[in-house]
Amino acid sequence: MTRLAIPKTYKLYIGGKFPRSESGRTYEVSTKDGRFLANASLASRKDARDAVVAARSAFAGWSSATGYNRGQVLYRIAELLEGRRDQFVDELSATEGLTKPAATAQVDTAIDAWVWYAGWADKYVQVAGNANAVSGPYFNLSTPEPTGVVAIIAPQSGNSLLGLASVIAPAILTGNTVVVVASESAPLAAVSLSEVLATSDVPGGVVNILTGSPAEIAPWLAGHADVNAIDLAGAGLLDWVDLQIIAADTLKRVLAPEDGAPPPSLERIVAFTETKTVWHTKSLI
Amino acid sequence: MTDREKPAPSRFLDYAPAPESTSILHLKPSYGLFIDGEFVDGHGAPFTTISPATEQPIAEIANADSSDVDVAVAAARSAYTRTWSRLSGADRGKYLFRIARLVQERARELSVAESLDNGKPIRESRDVDVPLVAAWFFYYAGWADKLDYAGLGPNPRSLGVAAQVIPWNFPLLMLAWKVAPALAAGNTVVIKPAETTPLSALIFAEILQQADLPAGVVNIITGAGNTGEALVNHPDVNKVAFTGSTAVGRAIAKSVAGTGKKVTLELGGKAANIVFDDAPIDQAIEGIVNGIFFNQGHVCCAGSRLLVQENIHEDVVDRLKSRLMTLRLGDPLDKNTDIGAINSREQLERIRQLSDIGEKEGADRWTAPCKIPDKGFWFAPTIFDNVSTSSTIAREEVFGPVLSVLTFRTPAEAIAKANNTPYGLSAGIWSDKGSKILAVADGLRAGVIWANTFNRFDPASPFGGFKESGYGREGGRHGLAAYLESAGWASPQAISTTGSTSRKKATS
Repeated sequence: MTRLAIPKTYKLYIGGKFPRSESGRTYEVSTKDGRFLANASLASRKDARDAVVAARSAFAGWSSATGYNRGQVLYRIAELLEGRRDQFVDELSATEGLTKPAATAQVDTAIDAWVWYAGWADKYVQVAGNANAVSGPYFNLSTPEPTGVVAIIAPQSGNSLLGLASVIAPAILTGNTVVVVASESAPLAAVSLSEVLATSDVPGGVVNILTGSPAEIAPWLAGHADVNAIDLAGAGLLDWVDLQIIAADTLKRVLAPEDGAPPPSLERIVAFTETKTVWHTKSLI
Repeated sequence: MTDREKPAPSRFLDYAPAPESTSILHLKPSYGLFIDGEFVDGHGAPFTTISPATEQPIAEIANADSSDVDVAVAAARSAYTRTWSRLSGADRGKYLFRIARLVQERARELSVAESLDNGKPIRESRDVDVPLVAAWFFYYAGWADKLDYAGLGPNPRSLGVAAQVIPWNFPLLMLAWKVAPALAAGNTVVIKPAETTPLSALIFAEILQQADLPAGVVNIITGAGNTGEALVNHPDVNKVAFTGSTAVGRAIAKSVAGTGKKVTLELGGKAANIVFDDAPIDQAIEGIVNGIFFNQGHVCCAGSRLLVQENIHEDVVDRLKSRLMTLRLGDPLDKNTDIGAINSREQLERIRQLSDIGEKEGADRWTAPCKIPDKGFWFAPTIFDNVSTSSTIAREEVFGPVLSVLTFRTPAEAIAKANNTPYGLSAGIWSDKGSKILAVADGLRAGVIWANTFNRFDPASPFGGFKESGYGREGGRHGLAAYLESAGWASPQAISTTGSTSRKKATS
């Protein structure tokens, strides 16, 4: 006698909670050969706005946490992913049609990327900032600070788990909070990653994940006045120049589309930081 | 008795006129475009640059149309390919050192030209603008052969041709901010000075000739907004650097979307200058004055919103008014002048309009009693007290000698009010308590924060904004990143090996 399995309801991840789309809409997610897997939430403009509100609310706390603290939280994500390795391998096999070794390689790479980025959280300031020897009696120090709320279009063709690590980790390790539009065709890993995030000491609202149509949601995020930056990593097949034009209205920082999952890099970390330079007089003694 | 009716400052503050002589200038009646090392005629209708203090014409200036822009960009491209990108960093540095020295040698001449054309007091052009120009070239000269240490990985690459558009408030200094790092990094340049202040850039072109800088490495084209637009949108430029209004910055960000051009934007600001009740008050008063009345308030990082702690509000405003009554407004070339001329009739009109709106919206207006010259564009130092956070003059950049005064009670309120703006360029903090300063500085969303000082600039110190004040930094090591691209770091080994089948390298 075989046990009847309990399928999972795949929902959005906003402000640390798992709501359905306020629109009530879902879309069908299937395997490469067309077998039904799940009904994922089809996020709406309102869901995107709610996610931005959640991200903004979380920004003050997350950006003022210590680098050591943020590093530990990111490392904790890797720990929990490691514990759920098999689940992710199964999901990637089903949604992306990967062989087991290929799916395993992607999960392992994603975990290693989280670990690599975790280690940067208390170091990037030393590498990206510096003291400035100015001509006068002033203490003068430049340090990178998080840009704010970052909207991210996650990689869309394959790499549905690794792609998330490679765009979320570099953005949040500096203290940014993010609204991520997951891979449209393979959103299940993103929802399962949300469950990992929800249980790994990431404060609610730091990472918000929407499933659905990037073409539908991205313009609202690109135009949202409370979003400071947009990462178009997975927007290569959208009208991404239009998104960049919309983003220019509020002078957002924009990263252009990339092929596949962006490799781990310090540049990705620094891309969504702002250099703050503080001068202070020194008294003449 | 209102302040306006108080007696004028006592006689001892009256000085005999002490104008700087203009005999040091060797101005030509007309200036061409500086393209490929030579002055050439432009194809647009020439325009006249005037002194905003007297409205007298200074010289006729060529106007570059799009065909001139094409020629200038082609000259820069050719100089990039054939000359500049092939020079060693050490040799590029030597040219920049030469330029720094030539600027120092001709410093007085440049200062006089700047004050004449821009309207800023000679005290400022002589003691701030031009010395910083020389310092900027000297600083970046030394970087030219040390780019491996700029923090972008080994062998960072220059971008190519940089299109640069600069404003009228610090004409030559903005040129230095743009040209020095671009050249040090190995790029060539086409730069457009502002329409109302082209003079110092054209004298600078003569300096480039004296430095024997290879032809085409720096091209200076004069004209109005459409010249700048043609330059920024030119398909053969690789980099766009702009300093100016947020509105134009937005238009540029749109026009370069999808082109792959690297962009840095240095835009508007509405800086909060926060004065706590434990501030060194005499220094704070000087800092407030310097913060908003330096360069007639034509400063993107001007401390235009004074946030003063409620319990010292009256005292600070009273002291401020009596200090402002000692400021001398008048001839920019006079060595005793504190407040020069407003740069243009257009800008004066904007300052007047915004001030009128401030008054209509209920803020208390006070204007320093000073004699306004008959000719020229002038605006006396003005304070608006009891300004609300929603008031237009608390939100919009006035870009003139107009200070809005708001109050706060707690540090948290000060931070919230300071950050309550789409801008994020600069801020000031006045307090004698170090721990408070550092905590407030942490909370401010601004790119440059001055504690117990204001409006300090240095080539070693990065400058640039958060939010809608633009992106990118000018100055310091960070300023080099605007003109270089990384040739790539080695990928983290453990990650790149395990994931090799499913991952692609980023295209560079």
